Amino acid sequence: MSIEIDHVNKRFGDFTAIDNVSLTFNDGELTALLGPSGSGKTTLLRVIAGLEQPDNGRIRFHGEDATDLHVSKRSVGFVFQHYALFKHMSVFENVAYGLRVKPRGQRPDKAVIRDKVMTLLSLVQLDWTAHRYPHQLSGGQRQRIALARALAVEPKVLLLDEPFGALDAKVRAELRRWLRRLHDDIHVTSVFVTHDQEEALEVSDRVVVMNQGRVEQDGAPERIYDYPANPFVYRFLGNVNLFHARIHNGVARIGDVALEAPEFAGYRDAPGEAYVRPHDIEVFADRHHSGALHARIELVSRVGPTVRLELRTDESAHVVHAELSRHRFQELGLVQGGEAWIRPAHSRVFLPDTELAAG
Amino acid sequence: MSSSITAVPAEAVRSARWRRATEEPVWLKRSLIGLALAFLGLFLVLPLLVVLYSAFSQGLHAWAMAVTEPDALAAIRLTLLVVAIAVPANLVFGVATAWAVAKFEFRGKSVLISIIDMPFAISPVVVGLIFVVMFGSQGWLGPWLSAHDLKVLYAVPGIVIVVVFGTLPFIARELIPLMQQQGKEEEEASLTLGASGWKTFWYVTLPNIKWGLIYGVILCNARAMGEFGAVAVVSGRIRGETNTLPLHIEVLYNEYQFTAAFAVSSLLTGLALITIVIKSLVEWHDERRARRAAH
Repeated sequence: MSIEIDHVNKRFGDFTAIDNVSLTFNDGELTALLGPSGSGKTTLLRVIAGLEQPDNGRIRFHGEDATDLHVSKRSVGFVFQHYALFKHMSVFENVAYGLRVKPRGQRPDKAVIRDKVMTLLSLVQLDWTAHRYPHQLSGGQRQRIALARALAVEPKVLLLDEPFGALDAKVRAELRRWLRRLHDDIHVTSVFVTHDQEEALEVSDRVVVMNQGRVEQDGAPERIYDYPANPFVYRFLGNVNLFHARIHNGVARIGDVALEAPEFAGYRDAPGEAYVRPHDIEVFADRHHSGALHARIELVSRVGPTVRLELRTDESAHVVHAELSRHRFQELGLVQGGEAWIRPAHSRVFLPDTELAAG
Repeated sequence: MSSSITAVPAEAVRSARWRRATEEPVWLKRSLIGLALAFLGLFLVLPLLVVLYSAFSQGLHAWAMAVTEPDALAAIRLTLLVVAIAVPANLVFGVATAWAVAKFEFRGKSVLISIIDMPFAISPVVVGLIFVVMFGSQGWLGPWLSAHDLKVLYAVPGIVIVVVFGTLPFIARELIPLMQQQGKEEEEASLTLGASGWKTFWYVTLPNIKWGLIYGVILCNARAMGEFGAVAVVSGRIRGETNTLPLHIEVLYNEYQFTAAFAVSSLLTGLALITIVIKSLVEWHDERRARRAAH
């Protein structure tokens, strides 16, 4: 079932949580709502669920207006960051809850409930915990139970609010791959909120980047990563180097380096900012490459298979971060304290944004 | 250096010093405990024994006579009736208030929280007088009440009202911190799973606050039985009609019927003791649950 968000606004006192957002989540898609805290992503998820009422705007499920529909009638599955399992009920009772509270006419009989709960528990690989209580399980297990509980009522939409936020790094990585596989099996329209860009890029079909209650960019994960729409998205999705440049006739210059910036063809000697990811910085040991910046290697740190360099160019006051494979690093024969030449292989140029420059 | 060899004595020295530094001398410990026990004995246990001794000082027969005398029976009935109305009334009020304070944001929330405490702050006699002013024949509602032939003052409704007022904070006070700490995620989860508001309350909220609620009811119940000052003002102290147990005891005492007074007192004390036992059981059960949940 598709979800349509139509010009939704939500304020809490003076704070604008959602600022005129319109979005459509397609049927069967797994979408990540990505943003820093306070960006409105959780509020948007709660508005979809019906746990918050929007100030204005409409929410439609499969074309039907659901804005004034009560939470309990929306058939959404909601997974909370802190699991929100019923403490006083066993795992079995937790998962069965949604089926047991159905009105008498729609309630399946006991044997059916039992089969369904056990099927779901084996789906999340926790059928052996049926008679345990939530406090006897680990965080990762609790979250899987919470997911099974949400799926028991066969929701048309699955909403997950920072589902792995409270878990440690390893369990988190495992669970998100598991969620991806689960989604490939059951194909229910899903939206999950996260502030972890890696999680969003790895798990989802589509990423919606939010900031200050607005949508900054919306698209496929690779596209968002490779072509960020603005400096905010660039910065939010991983590390980035910023170079001050001059834009002239569609070319941005940083010292001797010329970068193509065709979108600024009409500009004459304007200030610009070039954003370059650390792994998009090419590093050379000698200067025979034309159009490279001379720099000194200040720090070399080896992190697993990659080597991270901190370099300082002659022009720039701040440090440039570069990343290359250990193999390439050894090939170049670079040493800490030595010289190097660098060139951005892939960059995007933006006009300086006063608001962002201040932050 | 051979750190593994020196580590053991160093650890032992440190722990010995630690013990000496934080523990009090034995004589101080013993005298503090002794003082506390002596105080409790003098002011709690001794009076209790005096009550029981005096109640049975003229034999079991005299005790039974005093307790089954018509006025005493009327007082017992009235007290139980008042408790049977006041406690459920406060149960509903307490749960509703705690729910509102813990689960919703609204204007005047802090004012509401302070007002709940008011019955603890005001002297019971003043509470009684407030209601006399409101419901008395010269009072604000007096003429309207007498025009409709309704009796509040010097009758059961008046007693119930002051007892409800006096015991108002017990259940709400007990539940507010508990419900605030539990948040509303479980309720939200229940709603998204398709449960109605009522089912959510019944299956999720109530089980979570059960023990706090029982504890609040017990305290409320104890106070409702023993309430004296406010009841004395509004009841009119009509023997066999509007005297609750504490008032009946006072009447007996003022008439120099000491044995009877203490006999009825022993009843009230017995009820209080039962309440304390139930309260301890609830606390014990609660602690065990908390310990189990912590694992």
